[in-house]
Amino acid sequence: MAPALKKRWISLYVENDVGVLAKIAGLFSGKSYNLSSLTVGETEDPTVSRMTISLYGDDKTFEQVKKQLNRSVEVIKVLDFTDLPIHKKEILYIKLHSLKKEEMEEVMRSAAVFGVTVCDYDRNSLILESLKTESKNSDVLQYYKKYYATRMEAVRGGSVAIESVSRSER
Amino acid sequence: MKIKGTQLFVKALVEEGVDTLFAYPGGMAIDLFDALYGEKDFRVVLPRHEQGLVHAADGYARATGKTGVCLVTSGPGATNLVTGIATANYDSVPLVCFTGQVPTNLIGNDAFQEVDIVGICRSICKYAVTVRRREDLGRIIKEAFYVARTGKPGPVVVDLPKDIQQALGSDEYPKEVSMRGYKPSTGVHMGQLKKAAGMLEAAKRPLFLVGGGVNISHAGAEMTALAEKLHMPVVSTVMGKGALPSDHPLYIGNMGMHGNVAANTAVSECDLLFSIGTRFNDRITGKLGEFAKDAKIVHIDIDAASISRNIVVDVPIVADAKEAIVKLTEIVSEPKRSGEWLERLQTLRQEKPIRVVSSAPLTPQDVIEGINAAFPEFIVATDVGQNQMWTTQFIQLKGRSRLLTSGGLGTMGYGLPAALGAKLGSPDMPVVCVSGDGGFQMNEQELATAVCEELPVVICILNNSYLGNVRQWQEMFYGGRYSCTCLRKRASCAKWCSSPKAECPPYVPDFVKLAQSYGIEGIRVTERSEVAAAFEQAKKNTKAPTLIEFIIDKEEEILPMVPGGNALSEMVTEVKKEGR
Repeated sequence: MAPALKKRWISLYVENDVGVLAKIAGLFSGKSYNLSSLTVGETEDPTVSRMTISLYGDDKTFEQVKKQLNRSVEVIKVLDFTDLPIHKKEILYIKLHSLKKEEMEEVMRSAAVFGVTVCDYDRNSLILESLKTESKNSDVLQYYKKYYATRMEAVRGGSVAIESVSRSER
Repeated sequence: MKIKGTQLFVKALVEEGVDTLFAYPGGMAIDLFDALYGEKDFRVVLPRHEQGLVHAADGYARATGKTGVCLVTSGPGATNLVTGIATANYDSVPLVCFTGQVPTNLIGNDAFQEVDIVGICRSICKYAVTVRRREDLGRIIKEAFYVARTGKPGPVVVDLPKDIQQALGSDEYPKEVSMRGYKPSTGVHMGQLKKAAGMLEAAKRPLFLVGGGVNISHAGAEMTALAEKLHMPVVSTVMGKGALPSDHPLYIGNMGMHGNVAANTAVSECDLLFSIGTRFNDRITGKLGEFAKDAKIVHIDIDAASISRNIVVDVPIVADAKEAIVKLTEIVSEPKRSGEWLERLQTLRQEKPIRVVSSAPLTPQDVIEGINAAFPEFIVATDVGQNQMWTTQFIQLKGRSRLLTSGGLGTMGYGLPAALGAKLGSPDMPVVCVSGDGGFQMNEQELATAVCEELPVVICILNNSYLGNVRQWQEMFYGGRYSCTCLRKRASCAKWCSSPKAECPPYVPDFVKLAQSYGIEGIRVTERSEVAAAFEQAKKNTKAPTLIEFIIDKEEEILPMVPGGNALSEMVTEVKKEGR
């Protein structure tokens, strides 16, 4: 039986130094771990960066990933967020252009339904800003791709995550 | 007081107790070498190639247990270290490698002799760092030595830009290290250890599997005491060889791809495999599904990432080998077990010993047994391939004797420079290098180092005029198609050739003449009756190396062999040869 693949989440505290991102990214590629997203930014302590990493893998591989991260000198702390209550959001921008008047109206309407903000606007083009979970963003993207595939540009930020205060919040 | 970066560098080495620095100068390291001029506290050794340099530092470290220290220039000086750094990494050897670097304002400009050595080495070392501010220099060097030697030891790269070397700054070298990302594990989980001890007492066919970790933590004596207390058989990996004296009644032998029948049978039939300090790589396990399939497995290792990676274990224990062995010896009670299992393995060891079956006038077995006979204690450094496996099969390690070999990476060219480093670190011990004719040529330039440093190492070249290990695979698994493994082949030969012939061109180089060109004694041995005399002659050269070329059969095999991917119980013990 093939081991069960599952999406995993790691929050990683690392030294905010040159080369640390390369070290972590290289660890995934060098050991053939299947990285799906990685975001990084400074924390409240400017000497520390925090990465949010998601990957698909079975239990055994995931254990190995955590151990390998832990043994890296540049890594301060590895938190496994997979089964913890966390807040997790991704930013998605979709730029749509060459839209007809009725298409503009449709986009505005659908954006309101999806709860997506129009953050920039012209007569026949606009930018949507979506701050949602990764999978909800995928749905949003999928919708606009269906109708505007040749007239769009999309960019996704990758998820950032933080552990919940109230243990039930997701 | 303000001092230059280079002066702090020298001060740091002195404070770290470095007695030997392996160093090769160049443009971006010239300031560092200038600071070394006049240095009285340590020896500076100049090898002839940076690859030889790093292997020498590695041999020094393995022989002494101290950290090997390298200093090279930027660019090619640094990239020439790469193979040696990876070699040390896979065998957990503590090294600190200092590389010169272009000034910080030129980094990224494709400046002359600029490479991103930290980037290149990231995946093959324990830690790599560029010093970007003069005020960080002392702390980073301190951390480098600390990281290299603690926990699971390994190589550390410290890249030193030229402007940092020249800059004035504090003369303080820190006494303490505090790294929030690096806390080597200490202590042993007693609950797990008690569980393991209980399993040891209950097992009917228990077996110790000893890996390189036991040697790295210098736990040979403790391991022997534990095995004796429990009357338990012990097998070792190549890297674990020597943890128990090779002639100890409880030592069954090396297991794995070229292990002996008794040791591999022991692993296949035991009901408890108690393994210490091994990462179960593929050369050890053979086919994973068949590996120790009837056994519960206990695994002690300092590296949590080595546990349950290749094989799933029943009781994992993250700990230093020595600490765990000592604690285990205290808590485990002597079992009431019949001696049947041990006796069976001992009998099997007697009945099916490893030997080279050959009609040749001189075999590799004669040579390695000649080393055993010539020296009561010794350090032997091997190259890689058949010479390495024959050495691990026949060498007898007792007392302070050590085997230095590139077990993880399998680096040809390792043997000679490692032997030189070992001799520099342990001048009182006889040091023997066992190499093949192929691997020797990968770093033969280090003969000059041996001569100039006046190192009386005994260099044994087993010359079969082939890249023998690959040739053997070609013979056994590739229909005898000797593709690019003959070292006598010339452009005028038939393009492809599948066997040595009487009319083959002569071997180059003539190793005896090569030795003579370095002003040292070269001896050619063609019969087993000459082996002892050759070693006796070599012992007389107390200020210079001796090169002994042993002419062995061109198609000698290393057996038994577990072909890659087979179970350990599926050993090939002979290869049929026509006309033999």
